[in-house]
Formats: sequence, structure tokens, C-alpha cells
Amino acid sequence: MTTLISTAPALFELEVDGIAALALMTTIREFESRLPNYAKEGLIRGSTHPSVGMEAIAVGVSWALRNTDSIASNHRGHAHCLAKGADLGRTLAEILGRSDGYCQGKGGSMHIGVKDLGILGTNGIVGAGIGLATGAALAAQAQGRKDVAVAYFGDGASNQGVLAESFNLAAIWNLPVIFLCENNHFAQSATLEEMVAQPDVRQRGLAYGVHSIDVDGMDVVAVANAAIKAVDRARSGAGPTFIVADTYRYLGHMADDTEIYRTREQVDAAKGRDPIAKLAAALLEQRVVTQTDLDSVSSDAVAAVDSAEAFAKASPYPPISEAFTQVSEDH
Amino acid sequence: MTKQAQQLTVWRALNAALHDEFTEDPNVIIMGEDITTWGTGGGIYGVTRKMADSFGKNRVRDTPISEETMISAGVGAAMAGTRTVVEIMYSDFTLLGADGLINQAAKARYMFGGQFATPLVLRSNGGSGIGKAAQHSQSLETVYAHIPGLEVVVPSTPDDAYGLLRSAIKSNNPTIFLEHKALYYRKGPVTKELIPLGLGRVARSGKDVTVVATQLMLTRALEAAKSLAEQGIDVEVIDPRTLFPLDMGTIYASIRKTRHLVVAHEAVRDYGWGGEIIGNAVQECWNELDAAPRRLGAARTPIPYSEELERAVVPSAGDIANEIRMALGQKVAQPA
Repeated sequence: MTTLISTAPALFELEVDGIAALALMTTIREFESRLPNYAKEGLIRGSTHPSVGMEAIAVGVSWALRNTDSIASNHRGHAHCLAKGADLGRTLAEILGRSDGYCQGKGGSMHIGVKDLGILGTNGIVGAGIGLATGAALAAQAQGRKDVAVAYFGDGASNQGVLAESFNLAAIWNLPVIFLCENNHFAQSATLEEMVAQPDVRQRGLAYGVHSIDVDGMDVVAVANAAIKAVDRARSGAGPTFIVADTYRYLGHMADDTEIYRTREQVDAAKGRDPIAKLAAALLEQRVVTQTDLDSVSSDAVAAVDSAEAFAKASPYPPISEAFTQVSEDH
Repeated sequence: MTKQAQQLTVWRALNAALHDEFTEDPNVIIMGEDITTWGTGGGIYGVTRKMADSFGKNRVRDTPISEETMISAGVGAAMAGTRTVVEIMYSDFTLLGADGLINQAAKARYMFGGQFATPLVLRSNGGSGIGKAAQHSQSLETVYAHIPGLEVVVPSTPDDAYGLLRSAIKSNNPTIFLEHKALYYRKGPVTKELIPLGLGRVARSGKDVTVVATQLMLTRALEAAKSLAEQGIDVEVIDPRTLFPLDMGTIYASIRKTRHLVVAHEAVRDYGWGGEIIGNAVQECWNELDAAPRRLGAARTPIPYSEELERAVVPSAGDIANEIRMALGQKVAQPA
């Protein structure tokens, strides 16, 4: 079997892609920022994990993906879904447990799957998406499709055994999978430094023979280009890539987080690296956009999320009969 | 026109089912440890023999010893387009992949609102009897039958092994397919007909008492029935073949005829599936039962290694015969 040498893939260009990436990041932030309020209002039950501050990763990676590629996400996964093309209203309806949600309200925030978009689900089990994405890549390879799969997970999941096993399996089989570690430095409340003796997470991929790179996860251009190259490698048959994206979450782990494990100063310092502000500044500086353009990006995001919110809130709760359906396909 | 049934062992019947299903559907893949490189090139019990020769290493894959990822990747592959068969060398090792089975595969259809099919078959072997000891001999079918979303298949005969494996691969639900390590070399006729999941089989007709049993206990129940026949007790033996879906209808019909019920399984008796069958039966057939149903299962111990000890913790044909006589109200001498 010969491997075709691919031509160099088209990288992210500020002039072409910048405004769309900015709009998507801004919309995701607007969406995620409202979640704690919905929780306070009692519209969200259970656990919901917003990703404010981490938008550049999901959006950057999405620049490398097509519809038929798969992603397997984690508990902090709304951004991954939205960047893969999920509708704001249907995503929010799922988070609010409504019948117009992607899963008719049966999944909720931690179980949003969209088959037609290749979204194999957000996931309530830390690290589980790693095995699922490895499997989706296996299916693509076995069926001779050129699709790839991305596993999104955090630094906390890097301590799960499934990552070690999946690195090895993907490496020996050259599976078209991208292991994307969003290193936000906290596994719920545990710091990376406390829970890992070797805090250079990338070393773990290297140890298994997986092409492994670090990227600034607060820089959408850097993430997009790293992902484009990794996806190109995967499609060409060269195997998996481990991307460690350094990032930070601005909000608590979930709605009722006291955040005693970090200081206000640490959070503020991270906000100084804000990915949306950084991209906006670059676009202004290179005269790709004007301040008026930036203002309309912001107001469009608010309008889009307003509309999603109205849609989701108007959506009925599922009928009780739905609780008992779709467990197994009948024979 | 009915084809002439071949005489095959259980492992050869399973092997034939895999070959036929792989030929029919190019989307079926299989992976497992040592499945093309051990013994005669077919894994520890030969089930995958010549599969790689026939279908190539892209569809027939030897894996590293990584059960958690073998299973969860099997789930991901099933969700993303292949009909995925994962062979786990012993069912005890499936517990390393419990997340993939119980938290992912079993729930995917439901929690995503019916969007995803998960055509995964987890093939493994359970049961005791050949000295494999505590971590290679468990009967875990009850554990998996308890989980909503999983199907559990426990084939006994070569014909059932063939027909049920093909149906399991065609099923869009995740299926735990538990072969029995002591039955791989049993020979019997194989018609190569598909057998639907959820259809029990009357293994022996009788009029005095119904015995429900699977796999090694089915073999022993049939032995017990033979010995009791000499004493004028006519035993009906039913093999449910799948624990979920479960064909209670065949069992109810039998109870209505015999008015007595005994369940024998190799899984630990306590909290075992025998209690489920008896619970259903007393609710549905209370007025048609002449005596309290009885159940047998393994003792509440791990499976010991030493032969006499191993034999002591799993019901024998004699134990089943005694339980049948007790169900019929006969006095039975209890062991000291």
C-alpha cells in the first residue's frame, strides 16, 4: 500500500478566515457565559460545565475538519459541538432538557450527540471520548474512508489509562486520530502540578511514539494551523497526532464552584491572554476589519444567542412516554 | 429445501458464522488479542481461524493487551460505521472495559435520543470446569443482563452458536456474546439458519417439571433429566439462549403444562438471573404453580483452582436432579 504525499494543506489566513473565526468564538462565549444564569434560574439541572476562555481550541480545530469527520468530546463540550456545526438553539434546548434538543432532552449537557455532524457525544466519563475517537478513526481506516477523528479531553483525563492504551493502539495502526488535550491546568480543583509528576503533558505522547506538539491554546491561528497539519497527516495515512493546547477556563468548573483552589489574580492573568481579544487586535492591526466590524460581530453574537435562548425556552419538555423509549432497537 | 446439517464443534460453528457474516457484509470487522497468531491461527479456542487469510489484516486485527481501549474503540467504531466484533480472551477481562460497555455502548442509543446504532458484539467466554481458576472462570452474564441497553447471548449448541452469532452481528444493539469455555469442543448438527435473539428453545420435552438452564448447566440438566426419567419423572428442559431479550413466553407455556419450575445457572446463585425468571414466573403463573420454584447457581465464592473444590462450588447433574425432586415435593437426603 502506498501513501500519497499530500500537497501542503491550506493554512489559516487572517484575511480569509479571521472574521469568521472571531464570530464563532464570540458567539460561543456569549452562549457559554449565559449558562450559570440559567442554572441559577433553575432552567438547568445537574452539572453543566462552561468553557469560557477556551474558545480558540474548539474553533481552531474546527477549521481543519469536515462534516464527515468525527469528534468525541467531554463534559466541557458545548464549544466542541457548536464549532463542529451544531445549532445554537438545539444545543441549548438539549442543555435545558427540552424536546427540541438534539437528544430530545434525554442527554443533557454531558450527553449531546449529533450523528449527522459526526459528534459522538459530549461525555460524562473523563477520558471516555479518547477510546471512542480512536474507534471512529479505526472505522474510517477499516472502511477506506479519508475521515479523521478528534478526541477532546483535559489535562485531568491525561491521567486515565485509556489515553496510554489509545496512544499505543493509534500509533501501531497509524490511525487517523488527533488527541487534543485542552490543558486548562485544573482537573476540577486539582492542579496539574499536584497530580502529575511530569507536568509536560506532551511527553506522554512522545513516549508512545505519537507525533506530539505543544500549541498556545489561547491563539486560534496557532491552534487552527496545528490542527490543519495534524489532520492532513492523519488523512494521508501518517497516523495520529497529540496536540497539547495550553489554555485556561475563566469560570468555575461548574455552576456552584467556590474556586478556593485558585486566586482572582491567577484568573485575571489568564484573561490577559484572551483569545478573542487577541484575534480582534490582530485583525484591527492588519486592517482586516474596522472597529465597526468588531462591534457588529459582538452584536450579532448577542442576537444569535438571544434567538437560541428564545427557541430553547419555548421548546416543550419531552412527553413522559419518551423516558421509556430508545433503550434498544426492537427485533 | 432444507440443507443437510453439518456436524460441527461449537468453535467451528462460530468460525463458520464469522466467515459467513464477513463475506456477506464488508462493514464487519473483528479485533482481539492473539486472534490470528495463536495455536492454529485462530485465537485461544480457534474461533477466528483463517479469518485473516480470508479477509485481511485490515478487517481482522490482533490487538495489544489493552482491554479498556479495545472495547471503547470497538464502541466508537460501531457508532461511526463498522459492525464491530471485539474478542476478549476471557469474560473476566471484560471488566477492564466496563466503561465502554456499560457507560458508553449500553447508553448511546438512549442518551442521544435514538440517533446512534451501536452494532458492537463483545465475544468472550465464561464459565468454569477446566481449571482456569478465579480470574478466568466467572459467569458474568447476570452482571450484563442487569444493564439497560445491552443484549446478552449465552449459546450452548453448535447450531445456536452459529445462528445466534450471526444475529448478534446483524443486531444494531450492543451484544454481550458469552461462549462457554467447556463447550467449545462439543459437536452437533449445524443447520446454518439464523436464530433470532429472544427466542428460547425447548431442549427436552417433558410433562412433570420445567427446568430452565443454559450452557454447562443445560448439559447437566439434560443428564439429570435422563437419570430422573428412569425414576418416572418426566423433565422438560428449556434453554432461553438469550438472557436479554428474554423469552418468558416459552417458559410460561412450559410451567402451565408442568406446574413446577427449577432454574439452574452457573452464575452465582445470589442475585442471579434465576431469581429474575422465578420472580416473573410467580407473578405470571402463581395459580398454575403447584409448589415453590427452586433455583441453583454457583456458591457465593470465587471459582477455586483445585479440581475437587471447583466441582464443589458449581451445581452438578446430581444437584440439579435433587433440586428437581425437591421441587416435586420428594424428600432428598441433604449432604452432610
